[in-house]
Order: sequence, then structure tokens, then C-alpha cells
Amino acid sequence: MSDSGDSDVAWTYYKDRPEWNDVTPVPEDEGPNLVVVIAHSEKFVDVYDYFRAVLQNNEKSERALHLTKDAVELNPANYTVWQYRRDLLKALGTDLRSELDYVELVIKNSPKNYQVWHHRRVLVEWLQDPSQELELTGDALMQDPKNYHAWQHRQWAIKTFGLYEKEMDFVDNLITDDVRNNSAWNQRYFIVNNHLGWSDLNVQREICYTLEKIKFIKNNESAWNYLKGVLIHDKRGLSGNAVVTSFCEELYKNKCRSPYLLAFIIDICDEAIKKGETNCLHNATRAVELCQALATKYDKIRSKYWNYMCEKFKKAQQEEENNKEKAANMDE
Amino acid sequence: MENRIRCYEEISSETFDTENVVTDSSSDQVDVEAVILKIFKQFEKSAEIEPEFPVIRKRVHCQLLKDYLRTLPQKYECLDASRTWIVYWVLHSLSLLNDMPDAETLSDVVKFLTLCQHDDGGYGGGPGQYPHLGTTYAAVNALSIIGTEEAYNSLDRSSLQKFLWTVRDVDGSFALHKGGEQDIRGAYCAVSIAKITNTYTDALFDKTAEWIVSCQTYEGGFAGCPGMEAHGGYAFCGIASLALLNKTHLCDVDALLRWCVNRQMRLEGGFQGRTNKLVDGCYSFWLGAAFPIISAILSQENKELLETVLFNQGALQEYVIICCQALPGGGFIDKPGKHRDVYHTCYALSGLSVAQHGTGAGDPFIVGRPSNELNRIHPLYNVAPHLAYNAVHYFIRHPPPVKDKN
Repeated sequence: MSDSGDSDVAWTYYKDRPEWNDVTPVPEDEGPNLVVVIAHSEKFVDVYDYFRAVLQNNEKSERALHLTKDAVELNPANYTVWQYRRDLLKALGTDLRSELDYVELVIKNSPKNYQVWHHRRVLVEWLQDPSQELELTGDALMQDPKNYHAWQHRQWAIKTFGLYEKEMDFVDNLITDDVRNNSAWNQRYFIVNNHLGWSDLNVQREICYTLEKIKFIKNNESAWNYLKGVLIHDKRGLSGNAVVTSFCEELYKNKCRSPYLLAFIIDICDEAIKKGETNCLHNATRAVELCQALATKYDKIRSKYWNYMCEKFKKAQQEEENNKEKAANMDE
Repeated sequence: MENRIRCYEEISSETFDTENVVTDSSSDQVDVEAVILKIFKQFEKSAEIEPEFPVIRKRVHCQLLKDYLRTLPQKYECLDASRTWIVYWVLHSLSLLNDMPDAETLSDVVKFLTLCQHDDGGYGGGPGQYPHLGTTYAAVNALSIIGTEEAYNSLDRSSLQKFLWTVRDVDGSFALHKGGEQDIRGAYCAVSIAKITNTYTDALFDKTAEWIVSCQTYEGGFAGCPGMEAHGGYAFCGIASLALLNKTHLCDVDALLRWCVNRQMRLEGGFQGRTNKLVDGCYSFWLGAAFPIISAILSQENKELLETVLFNQGALQEYVIICCQALPGGGFIDKPGKHRDVYHTCYALSGLSVAQHGTGAGDPFIVGRPSNELNRIHPLYNVAPHLAYNAVHYFIRHPPPVKDKN
């Protein structure tokens, strides 16, 4: 939300500017009756009356370019103004470097706005120069380490121009600052997935990294989710990695009852059942027990979900028992 | 039994365990919990003497919404390019509260939306603004809610379909406007618009489902574009568009379900939008509405009807009614301490409706007095089910004058 022009003493209305007196302002066409009419400031009305006139006349001029600046300052979310501004930049052959500086300023004032970041992206595409993007997004992420727009722009720049080199250090620092910053974990995945690759070595390294973080805080969903994400790329699956399974069982033995741990063990059981590779630790009976523990004690808010999962495992349990019986009958 | 209300004791036992490692995320969380707990405590005291608590102050909300349908204060200047959204948010909220404006007012609204319709097809955020998928989605939904011949006929579907083609990319994704940003909102809005107005063709959405699936993340939710973090708003867009395209089998529904259930906050009862972020009333809808969609998918897959939604419906209702109502003025908020706005009002109410009605099968579960019951929504479009069907059928009976070139 911008300041209204009413307190802005130095401000001259467009209608009072001699250099604009050849233009007839175009008031908003509201129709006969009021519908969602916003009580605009006088400045807002004035600027947009002239913007509508410029748009209608398709005027491509320096003064129009200047006018769009005033218009986006009053409402940075007006995509029409931004789009028209881009058309003007092209038509006038404006220096895009100064535009880059300008949009940086607007981003600093409105870091959570789709239009400003998109404008930035188009400029970088036109210039084919991503040299400032890591710093710009880095600054925005310093203000708010979870700013979705900033991350999205950063990922785009990195992916388009191959700027992966120092990204892992950047992510490491953010995770060290706040190990619960899920956006940073997501970025870690992005780097491995798009750049480093999921070689056996990288999978192992990421697993070790994540387990260290889980040791540190057991209730951190971000780390648990990342662990599961990494294991998608482990050929042995969720249940086949001995480092992970023994880590989990160790935590469990030490009385850790983090719902994420229990859920993780359930997922191991689930995979073992589906693969037909159940064992004394990972089987339907264990899964049923864990679902019940979550539903009634450790994760009550999700009791409906865990009860639903429990029913699924009970069916598998039934099959397990039937199979055992069959095997026993065969022995006889 | 699983749908009972939680008492204060229960809620207060769910406080965040920092494990002696305080970070920005945890201290923000701890702060919010302290405020919420205070409100629940206060509520329990007042509920002792007022057995009908908690109450949705329907009349107050309706009055505010009806005022907003005419004029809005200056602080809404930032939504000057989203006025069709405001129309939709207000009308949908009033429709949920079962208090629609009179016919004359609705006719005024149709005339206003017509002014927002662009010659190139689609709707801008206000008269004379460029067409945009978000503001077009809002306008189409608003017209469906109004549901009169005048409303339906005001829509120029030939140019609308042309507009949809201009924002489509070869990979099946959609930009929000010509020259604008591309993300999963674009795909959802385009699919929803095309399905309601019968401007859908297979060619228009070729590869769209595959593109959407590429937005599903390792966490199970969907991101705005491939590579980004799973997010509640985008997860709704993802699963709702796949459902509209009949392509849900392409995504991992079990992973999505796990991610969605984990977004419900154990103390607050409301939903967060991303892992380790804070509760926000608007996610009551974005995440809440994913659940009936998921239940429908699982029922299809397992050939066994899942009549319930797999989140805690009572806890969500408590959060929205007790913590998110802006009183005495009306409207709903993100979380205590924030200001009300039309967006949060619409999505808090929409989520509340899902929490009350679940999949729509069986009796509703209403927290507080029975008159708290809201009307139902169609979880794929977020308008009332009968209004969505009426619009769809009207547009099927009245095909657009010009056929799609493809």
C-alpha cells in the first residue's frame, strides 16, 4: 500500500502540468452504479486518469515512461502498467541498465509482489546478464529467508545461466542460521537435483548431512522430508539403506517419539510390505502399532489420517498372517 | 468420535518443543502459539457461561461484505488491479453465508464485469486493464455465482478461448497474462475457466497435466513451478487442475496426502502453507479443499468409498471461528494481530465450509451452534456445487458461436 499523495506537498497533479495539457484525462469507466469502487486518493485518480489516456492513445514517449513510474509506485501490483512499461522500454530503446537499478529499488520496497520480480526477469533476459541476481536475491533473502518470489527468481537465474558454483555454500549458511528453514532445504534439493546429480556418493553424503541435522533436532520436519527426498534416489529404496534404518531404530530405542521418526519407520514398513521384504523390524504389525501410537498419543491432530493408514496396514497384516499359516500348512 | 472438540488442556499440551535450539522459525512459532493459547483460554472461560459458543457472527460479516460490494476504503488501492477478484471474494462469501444481494445489485455487478471484459477476450482486474488469467477466473466464478441468463450471456466465449490460446505455452504451461509470469496458478485458472465455460479442448491443454505434475516436489506438495518449494496455494492449484483434467493418476497422491495432513498445526488447529511456516486462515481453504479432492481420488483408486476428509475438521473450525473472526467489525484474518481483508474473509469461510461438510457425504459436523452451518462449496472451482453445475450445463447447452480453430 502506498502513501497517498495528499500529504505530498511537492507533488504537482498531472492535470496541472503544462507539458500534459494536450492530453485529455480518461476517468475510470465505472458504469451506472457503484460496484467495488475503491476510495482512491486524489493523486491516484489523477495519475491513473492520465495513464488510461496514454494507454488508449498508445502513446510511446518519455513522458509516458515517467508516468508509468508514478503509476506503479501507487500500485506495484498493476500488471497492465508494468506490461505497458516494458512495451515502452522496447519502443523507446531505453537504457536497460538504469531500468535494472530502478526495478531493484521497487523490489526492495515491495519484495512480495509477482509483477516486480517478473519485470526483473524480463530485463535480465533481454540483457542476458545475470551478474547481479545472486546478490539481489541474497539481499531479499536476508530480509526474509523464506521469500518465495526471491527464491523463484534465484532458481530461475541459476538454472538459466548455470550459476550453481557457490550455491551450496549459500544454502549451508542458511541452514546453519536456521535449520528449520524449509526453503533452504528445498534449495539444497534443487542444487543436487539439477546440478550435482544423485550419484551414490552424493546420496550418501546428503544422507549423512541430514542425519547430523536430525540428531541435533529430532522434531524438524524439514530435515525428515529432505531425507525422504534423498532416498527417492537411493537404488535400495527407503528400507534398504542400513545407515538410515539403524539410525532410526537407534533413535527409537532411545525413546525418541518424534512423529516424523515414527512416520518414517511406517514408510519403511510400507515399502518392505510392498516389496515383499518384511523382516522382524519392518512389517505390517509394526506399522499398525506405530499408526496407533501416533493416532492416540504422539500426533493426535492427525488421528484420522493415522487411523486410515492403520486400517490399510491391518489388511496387510491379515495377509501376512494368512501367508504364515499357508507356509505352516505347507510344512505339515 | 474423531470429530469432537478439543478442550484447553489438550490444546495447551501441544506447544512447540524447541529442543533447546532456538531459531527464527521456532521463535516465530512460539510467539504465535502464545497468542493463540491466550485466545483459547479466554474462549474457554466465556464458553462456560455461553453454551452456544463459538458463534459465527454471520450478520456482521454479511453487512461488511455488502458494503464492500459497493465501495472499499483507500487501503484497498493495492487491489485496484484485482477488482474482479474482490467481486468474486465478496459474492462467494455471501453465497456461503446464504445472504445473496438483491437482483438489482447482481445486475449491476454483471454490468461492471462486462466493463472489465477485454476486446481480446478474458477479463482484466478493472475496466480497461489487460486480460489476466487470475482476474478472468474470478470473473467467471462470479458470473457463475450470479447464475442469471444476463450473467452467462455477458461472457464472450469465442474471444475468451482465443485469450486462453495466447497465454498457453508449447510445454502446456500458462502465463498469467500476455508477457506475464508463468506458474501453476495460470494452469489452474485456465483449466477451471475452460471447464466451466465449455471452452475446453484437448489441444488447449495438451501436456498441461504433465507440466503440473513436474511441479510436485519431494515433499509431496506442489510448487509454483518446477524446482520450487511445496506450497499450500500451489498444491490446491496442482491437484484441482489434475482432477479437472482427469489426470490425477499421473501424480503421487499418497505423498500429497502425507504432505497435506502435516500442514495442520497441532496447537492452532489451522493450516500452515509450507513446512515450518506459520498458521494462516487462508490455508483453511487451499489445504482444506485438497482433502475432499484427495478422498475422491482414493475412493476411485481403491474402489471403496472414502466418505470422510482426513484432517481434523473440529480443530480447523475452532481456529477459524475463535482466532480468525474480526470482531466487532466483521471479516476474517490471517492470524490474531493481523488486519482483516476480503481475501482472507473469502478463504477462511471457504475452508470453514469444507471443515463442516467434508466430502459432502453424510451429515455435516458443525462446531458451535447449528446456525453456524455454511453452504457447501465445490472443491474444484470454489463456488457452490449447484452453481458450478448450473453454469457448466448452461454453457454446454449454449455452445460458443465460433468453434475452436484447433
